[in-house]
Amino acid sequence: MNGTNLFKIALRALANNKMRAFLTMLGIIIGVASVITMIAIGQGAKKSIQDEISGMGSNMIMIHPGGERRGGVRLDASEMQTLKVADYEALREECIFLTGISPNVTASGQLICGNNNYPSSVSGVGTDYIDIRQLNIGKGEMFSETDIRKSAKVCVIGQTIVDNLFPDGTNPIGKIIRLNQVPLKVVGVLEAKGYNSMGMDQDDIVIAPYTTVMKRLLAITYLEGIFASAVSEDMTEYAIDEITEVLRKQHKLKDGEDNDFEIRSQQELSNMLNTTTDLLTTLLACIAGISLLVGGIGIMNIMYVSVTERTREIGLRMSVGARSVDILAQFLIEAVLISITGGVIGVLGGCGASLAVKWLAHWPVYIQPWSVVLSFAVCTVTGVFFGWYPAKKAADLDPIDALRYE
Amino acid sequence: MSKTVIELQGIKREFIVGEETVHALRGVSFSIKEGEFVTIMGSSGSGKSTLLNILGCLDTPTAGEYLLDGIPVRKMTKNKRAVLRNRKIGFVFQNYNLLPKTTAIENVELPLMYNSDVSAAERRERAIASLKAVGLGDRLEHKSNQMSGGQMQRVAIARALVNNPAVILADEATGNLDTRTSFEILVLFQKLHAEGRTIIFVTHNPDIASYSSRNIRLMDGHVVEDTENRNILSAEKTLAGLPLNEDE
Repeated sequence: MNGTNLFKIALRALANNKMRAFLTMLGIIIGVASVITMIAIGQGAKKSIQDEISGMGSNMIMIHPGGERRGGVRLDASEMQTLKVADYEALREECIFLTGISPNVTASGQLICGNNNYPSSVSGVGTDYIDIRQLNIGKGEMFSETDIRKSAKVCVIGQTIVDNLFPDGTNPIGKIIRLNQVPLKVVGVLEAKGYNSMGMDQDDIVIAPYTTVMKRLLAITYLEGIFASAVSEDMTEYAIDEITEVLRKQHKLKDGEDNDFEIRSQQELSNMLNTTTDLLTTLLACIAGISLLVGGIGIMNIMYVSVTERTREIGLRMSVGARSVDILAQFLIEAVLISITGGVIGVLGGCGASLAVKWLAHWPVYIQPWSVVLSFAVCTVTGVFFGWYPAKKAADLDPIDALRYE
Repeated sequence: MSKTVIELQGIKREFIVGEETVHALRGVSFSIKEGEFVTIMGSSGSGKSTLLNILGCLDTPTAGEYLLDGIPVRKMTKNKRAVLRNRKIGFVFQNYNLLPKTTAIENVELPLMYNSDVSAAERRERAIASLKAVGLGDRLEHKSNQMSGGQMQRVAIARALVNNPAVILADEATGNLDTRTSFEILVLFQKLHAEGRTIIFVTHNPDIASYSSRNIRLMDGHVVEDTENRNILSAEKTLAGLPLNEDE
């Protein structure tokens, strides 16, 4: 039997029942469209969180003083002062899994410049800080190692600070801003980063050499924390082990003694958030998958009814020379055509719905190519699988009975 | 002497209904030569439907042998019989059995759709020729639901002709039609007979026998009468004598 002829026969049969074919398709259309849209929304959420995290530096490691906190036990103030500049220098010298490392101390207060003031804080950091946090200098330049050595009274400010302290649009480079009576010369302005997903303004930032902040603003000898970046996200765990080893040696901790510092990585955060969004995506995909299944059962239902309704036609086809396999093929082709056409419309509808969600609701949406391929494959398989039983029923009809069927 | 198209040798067909065995055919033997117009008659229960199914290769006999155009059919598989039907037999049914919402030409093309040796162009050409032969050359694109009973039956006859069959099997082909239209169809069958086609016309209407060349009567699964009709009436003349239908 000629395949093209069978294809034509199936196509004509469908064309004769456009409404029925369309209604059958509807199940598949909705199923496929919802699979694609749901996965696009789920993946969009995941991707935006991932971007956020990698925007903050996905390989960032944060070291804070203080050991594991045991319930109810009050922390000794000295425990908060365990991280020293010497620790930072040791880590900087010894750790091979780190690409950047920067101390962190923070002085809060009112920033003043001329008539304008703005409550903020100054982070005392090293030169690696902008790489670790993936910040970029927009105007001017980053302060230098020399500035750090000399505890120079310089700073680099974020866009929010610029907007608040220089509302008239004067170029802040070279201007002096003051925090707690200490004048700091603005040497650079950071590129704007906007708000992060937790609603924090990432441009509300002033960075200055850590030596300046420690000596001139805070008069302390310990660090509030150390930021570091691992060579890559995958290497974060090795870097953490390495840091732990170096710091224990530095702090002369004996075996069995608890760490007097705490290391956290962005990767932990990112893993946690990924787990949540993956769960969400799986849930959405399951719901959508069920609707695809229901669509498939719809095909089976309609095809089954159609076989009964078209018994005489099948009998006639057999009497003019259609073999069982021809009838089987015709009904299977019809089922597959319905589901593929439904699939195509569903893919278009799903992409359309995803984009509509993106534009109207401003949700992050990311259409996964694999979800398109998958749902398309599934609906073809659905067509064959659910079309098989009715097609087999049609093929097994006896031509004599089928011809006399009333 | 023309060749034998159909040869039945002691055909028996039994059906098992529950505990009982029903003998529909109890040993039927006859042969039909090319160019004959045979009516097979009999009351209901005489076995004529069973015989028609066997002649049409829709069913196989329990015993005996059936040679269609020299090909033994009894041991054939279902699929081979389907192909045989496709090449050798043209069916005309009482209720036309046209595909709904389908044009005349597509209906006529149907048997050739299942024959991959025939190209699309040839298929169309033969379908048009067939429709012209039954006088529907001007209604090629009419759909089956836009046609009268007589026109639908003509389309069905064209469909039976399109594969150039060894035999045309008509099952009560005039049963659903009024007298006038019945004779129009009979005229067409006589025309086909005159062109040398082999026709088997199964009916319980004894009038039709007088327009065929041979008459076989069945009763209780036996052939009780097999006579040649030497005085074939012309359906055309009978038609001319009929009063005209008001609605046409």
